[in-house]
Amino acid sequence: MDEFRFNTPREKGKIDSLAADILKNVRINASFLLWMGFLFTLLAACLFAYTIQLRKGLGVTGLRDFTSWGMYIANFVFFVATSLCGMLISSVLGLIGYRWVKPISRIAEIIAIAFAAVAGLVIISDMGRPDRLPYVFMFGRVQSPILWDVTVVTTYFVLSMLLWFFPMVPDLAIAKDRLEGRPKFLVKAYEILSVRWMHHEKQYHLLGQAVRILLILIIPTAFAIHTVTSWLFAVTPRTGWDSTIFGPYFISGAFVSGTAAVIIAMYFFRVNYRLEKYLNTETFEKMGRVMVLVAIVYFYFNLNEFLVPGYKLKTGDAIHLRELFTGHYAALFWGIQLFGLIIPAILLLFKQIRRPLPMMVISLFVLVGSWFKRFIIVVPPQGHPNLPIQNVPVEWVVYKPTLIETAVTVASIVLVLIIITILSKLFPVIPIWEMAEEENGKDKISE
Amino acid sequence: MSRDKKEEGNRSDDLDRTIENSRRDFLRKVTLAGAVTVTGAAAIYSGHRFEKAKHREGYVKVLTEDNRLVEIPVEQMRDFKPDLKMLQSQGREGIAGRRWVMVIDLSKCRNARKCVEACQAAHHLRPYEYHINTLVMQESVNTPAYFMPKPCQHCDNPPCVSVCPVDATFKRQDGIVLIDNERCIGCRFCMAACPYSARMFHWQEPSQSETDKGSEYNVELNVPQKKGTISKCLFSADRLREGMLPYCVSACPNGVFYFGDENEDAVTNGTTKQTVRFSELIEKNGGYRLMPELGTQPRVYYLPPKNRIFDFEQGEKREYKEEKS
Repeated sequence: MDEFRFNTPREKGKIDSLAADILKNVRINASFLLWMGFLFTLLAACLFAYTIQLRKGLGVTGLRDFTSWGMYIANFVFFVATSLCGMLISSVLGLIGYRWVKPISRIAEIIAIAFAAVAGLVIISDMGRPDRLPYVFMFGRVQSPILWDVTVVTTYFVLSMLLWFFPMVPDLAIAKDRLEGRPKFLVKAYEILSVRWMHHEKQYHLLGQAVRILLILIIPTAFAIHTVTSWLFAVTPRTGWDSTIFGPYFISGAFVSGTAAVIIAMYFFRVNYRLEKYLNTETFEKMGRVMVLVAIVYFYFNLNEFLVPGYKLKTGDAIHLRELFTGHYAALFWGIQLFGLIIPAILLLFKQIRRPLPMMVISLFVLVGSWFKRFIIVVPPQGHPNLPIQNVPVEWVVYKPTLIETAVTVASIVLVLIIITILSKLFPVIPIWEMAEEENGKDKISE
Repeated sequence: MSRDKKEEGNRSDDLDRTIENSRRDFLRKVTLAGAVTVTGAAAIYSGHRFEKAKHREGYVKVLTEDNRLVEIPVEQMRDFKPDLKMLQSQGREGIAGRRWVMVIDLSKCRNARKCVEACQAAHHLRPYEYHINTLVMQESVNTPAYFMPKPCQHCDNPPCVSVCPVDATFKRQDGIVLIDNERCIGCRFCMAACPYSARMFHWQEPSQSETDKGSEYNVELNVPQKKGTISKCLFSADRLREGMLPYCVSACPNGVFYFGDENEDAVTNGTTKQTVRFSELIEKNGGYRLMPELGTQPRVYYLPPKNRIFDFEQGEKREYKEEKS
């Protein structure tokens, strides 16, 4: 075991060329500053809206006693859902042994980290008394699914961070001597974060074991975060939420939105970072197939969720389904099902469509559809409670999101973009050493 | 004649006896009065002595909660004002030995909404903020419409309490489900879980938060109300502690509400003040609970709207305008 990896001149040359390709994007240039400036200005404007909410109370939103969970909770569910892509790509597909996921696993992890981190903040924006957040830890009751959610989302975030960081350590060691012209703090950060990595075989062995444990641990954790999120609804006796398949229904939906997010990010990095060599058409082709698979599974769960109660038409279900199929939410419902799920899945069956640009466009539809799908899951079941809504102001009857809560929601999306930008701009998005191994034809981690 | 004499003789005998009797009586009374006077004086004297001995200068005797008689210096006496800690602990504990229960007779309700108004006045709520609301109900086209007052059902298996992450809403030993707005984080999970839409949220500054400023929070009244927290029907726990009927129950002009203790099997009508057997009232009138299929086990019972004493009149539609802050 007393040998160092990447020691031969041939391997060194390989690392050199890969590092040159991948590290050329690791820099703080004008466009990065401009983009960050734009994001932070937008964030500041949106956070101003949040200060209004803090001052005046949640009444500045469209939420009222009957529809008391709205855009914030829908957005939270969407974020948790999308963050599941980390588990799907690097863990499930990686452990099966698919090598084509190697170049995109870090991208998937970055998306997972960003969405999981901001999901926690989104929940705080929905709280009537955010100042009492510590009470959740001081007086927490294990019977409440909120406690389960806090626990598993935090765990998932930490595991995703580690799954992003651990496999990157050799890259940081490779990169730290190749950062001429980059800011000093960045070079320093690389030096510290590379934890004196020496490319020793023993180190790689330990790294492989650690990553493998993480990859296995993150599967039940990811299932837990979204199952528990679905239980926030399914544990209540409310028509439209009172469903036994909500766990798998949410998980399968999460795979759809997560895959879409990864494809969009892949396209962006391919074009902007000029990484066509690594994020090649073949990888897109494979991701297209994954998308078809997860979309079909999700469609199957949709069929169960809507067709079975629709067949029986129990009183409450009948009202709920009429609202979705032909009522107030019909346009949204059919728009999401058609343009966000069914048509994308059909289109992606064709090989000519499974190319980067069309896939990116389709994924945008799917991702936006996924967001509105969460809205459809969260909001309509509250509009028709068991007992009639009476003797209240008219604006309490039908939920209409306000500008302020839209702005706060935009803030959360901006925050996700900021995190993704920082993680992908200051650190290599493609794993250098793993690509070198890939070219060598050996793959220690999945051995 | 002889008969007359005889009678006369008899009468003089009687007279003698009477005189003798009254003398005896007099003596007895005097003796008695004397004895009473002496005893009374003795009692007063000994009482006086006892009082004198009992009363220490500058001290006062006080009976403590655990039935001990103690002395405290007068200058240390304070008027009793329950503090938050005490209100919270008694509020969370509840009233021992009670199982409060409400019966709502739908055949008597004509939507006077006095229950709603009394409740809103007591709990400092706006006209469209409800602990109790009266709803127009109609199960299907061919079944009659009726009015239904709907407070919190104070379920024995409350979905709201199960989901609360911080123990802000809880079930007391006397069956009441309360909300502690010193604890509530405003997540509204309880609202999502409640199948009876019994809960309300303070979306804006509560209507009387200015005037309520500084007053101690009583969890049994949920006043002062707080922005960003949940509020709900409390079965007027503060009134029950004082042995009174809930605000809505006493405000009803039509005898709709009965309230009482299931352990005593007795409920009292808030209008007529008549107390009847709870079990009998339910049995004779076909009492039922809302949505029994959910297994929530409500503590509020309804008597069906049959033989209604008022005809169903929708009346003019009330309009509610939201106050803008």
